[in-house]
Amino acid sequence: MLLYIVRRVLYTLPIIFGVMLLTFILFFTVASPENIAKRQLGKNPTPELVQNWLHNHGYDKPQLLNLPFDAKYDPKQPWYYSQFTSHMQATLLFQFGISDTTGEDIGTRLAQGALPSALITLPAFVATLLITVSLSLGIAFYRGSYLDWGGTFICIVLMSAPIMGYIIAGQWLLGLVLRYFPVFGFASGFDSLRFVLLPVLIGVIVALGDSVRFYRTIMLDEIGQDYTRTARAKGLSEQIVLFKHVLKNALIPILTKVVADLPLLILGSLLLENFFGIPGLGNLTIVAITELDFSLLRALVFLGSILYIIGLLLTDISYTLVDPRVRLD
Amino acid sequence: MQMLWDQFSDNALFINGLTLLVAAFFGTIILFLSKQEFMQEAWRRLRQNTSTMICLGIIGVYVAIAFADSVVIPIKDGVAIRNYTLIDLAFKNSPEEEGYSAPFAKQTYKLRGAKPVVGVHLLGTNVLGKDVLRETLKASRTAIIVGGLTCMIAIPIGLVLGILAGFFGGWVDDAVQYTYSVVYSIPEILLLVALLLVLGPGLPQLCLALGAATWVNLCRQIRAETIKHRDRDYVLAARSLGVPTTQIIFRHILPNVMHIVVIMFTLRFSSLILSESILSYIGIGVGVDTASWGQMINGARTELAREPIVWWVFLSASGALFVLVLAFNVFGDAVRDALDPKLRTR
Repeated sequence: MLLYIVRRVLYTLPIIFGVMLLTFILFFTVASPENIAKRQLGKNPTPELVQNWLHNHGYDKPQLLNLPFDAKYDPKQPWYYSQFTSHMQATLLFQFGISDTTGEDIGTRLAQGALPSALITLPAFVATLLITVSLSLGIAFYRGSYLDWGGTFICIVLMSAPIMGYIIAGQWLLGLVLRYFPVFGFASGFDSLRFVLLPVLIGVIVALGDSVRFYRTIMLDEIGQDYTRTARAKGLSEQIVLFKHVLKNALIPILTKVVADLPLLILGSLLLENFFGIPGLGNLTIVAITELDFSLLRALVFLGSILYIIGLLLTDISYTLVDPRVRLD
Repeated sequence: MQMLWDQFSDNALFINGLTLLVAAFFGTIILFLSKQEFMQEAWRRLRQNTSTMICLGIIGVYVAIAFADSVVIPIKDGVAIRNYTLIDLAFKNSPEEEGYSAPFAKQTYKLRGAKPVVGVHLLGTNVLGKDVLRETLKASRTAIIVGGLTCMIAIPIGLVLGILAGFFGGWVDDAVQYTYSVVYSIPEILLLVALLLVLGPGLPQLCLALGAATWVNLCRQIRAETIKHRDRDYVLAARSLGVPTTQIIFRHILPNVMHIVVIMFTLRFSSLILSESILSYIGIGVGVDTASWGQMINGARTELAREPIVWWVFLSASGALFVLVLAFNVFGDAVRDALDPKLRTR
């Protein structure tokens, strides 16, 4: 068991390296620092201005290695003095440096954003899980009836509307017309509850359709298994079969879907945070987009990937812990 | 490259040729699929369900609108010759107004200084006085192109890599698995945002980014299915008869994994359209000069707080988006049920 976990952890190391390489290719070769500088500095900047900007943000290094044939060769520095090594070092040590546009430290900005994001996504996550599992159980209980058909259809309808539609409609109806919730803003401490409720509600509704449908298929899968038939054959009532036997087994695939998303919760939701003015990491992503802040986005992409890799790792480990049928080789 | 594109992008013959080429491409694929008995049986199953056929009809209407907006006719407009699409021609008689006007309204939407509305606008006009119905129809072309072009990018990559990895195994398999594991471990929305910020906004860039996020899942499933078929007896029989490897792949493996491509294509289409609208809403999707439902919703967002409210832009954009995505979701479900052998026995 321990050996499996160690091997699984070691297996993620090349993946992390691959992500680092991919972010390097994206942010340093596809969009070269010169291009970024030109986009930042506006129309037709002078070469000195570009050079200055590059120097100030630490982009005036050779691309891969500090060797004489490179245009930016610096004889005073060692051979490994390059964009590539500094990028790798920065990402490995989680030192993301300063922002391209505002000059703030990216690490502190990320740390500030994590809590407000989690305040929205964590309640939404828990509520969605409870609601969807019980709803899908109910739908599976009445499988084949009009209730099942209607529920599935409502799920498809819920899945089909764009998330902006829900947010705008929710803000308009509950915020502006009925005035139950404030439409925009955020406060710290206990007061934040007022601002959090509506985004959480919308987050639950957005996730509802997809999850209920997915869980329903899992439940129906389990209902078709032999052990369900055995349970029925020994005279158990349909309720006990469903809520005790089926639910326990169905939780295994549900677990695999859910655990991977756990670490991502601090990333928040882009649109929800942007619409409601919540200063989380999702909103920070939008800020990075609108301000063309490449260094900030680079840090966010790397952070998100690391979190997701951890999530996938946790999924695998929890799967082996929960399901004894999984082989460990 | 850029100069060549600038020269050709105004040429009516070139645009129509390109449109026909794309239509012919998808036509050949459908023809190829319809020759297979497996697909014919699936089609018979699909045809029995009325709601599925209604959804297919709705999708057909959207595709027809997209096609009508892609075919251009050069018409002399004063001194210059301008290209008009069929949609443009249909709306030639409804001129631009001065600002907002409600559907069928006689006056533009201002409390003071309202101007009379010249033409009839079924869905009103937007802030620039353009007909909302026309914009909505033009945006459906963008949606169809995003879905189609992304699949044209993602399906060949996923199919080729998946079959190669599954069939040959060994280091090929390792390399392909490693590649898609790396791409897969970046959260999709962040990958899309990063790619689009690096590539810049625009329809081809958007399709490229969506394609880069889409091929991974397809490749995984194709690989798994190929491994399943690789060890079957009929492949072994073909091998022992001395059939060359390429022929085994094309004659035996490819037709047997095609159903996964069709399922993925129809199921993924709706989420591609939704992603397009979200990314365009954020402002990194299609450029500002391309009509898009996401951009229409973005423009309409603040107008809902007006008094009296401007509701028609938001409702027509999200309504058109909703109907298309709903049709694709229902149709995709039916296609999966008809094609997936695992579900069929139930």
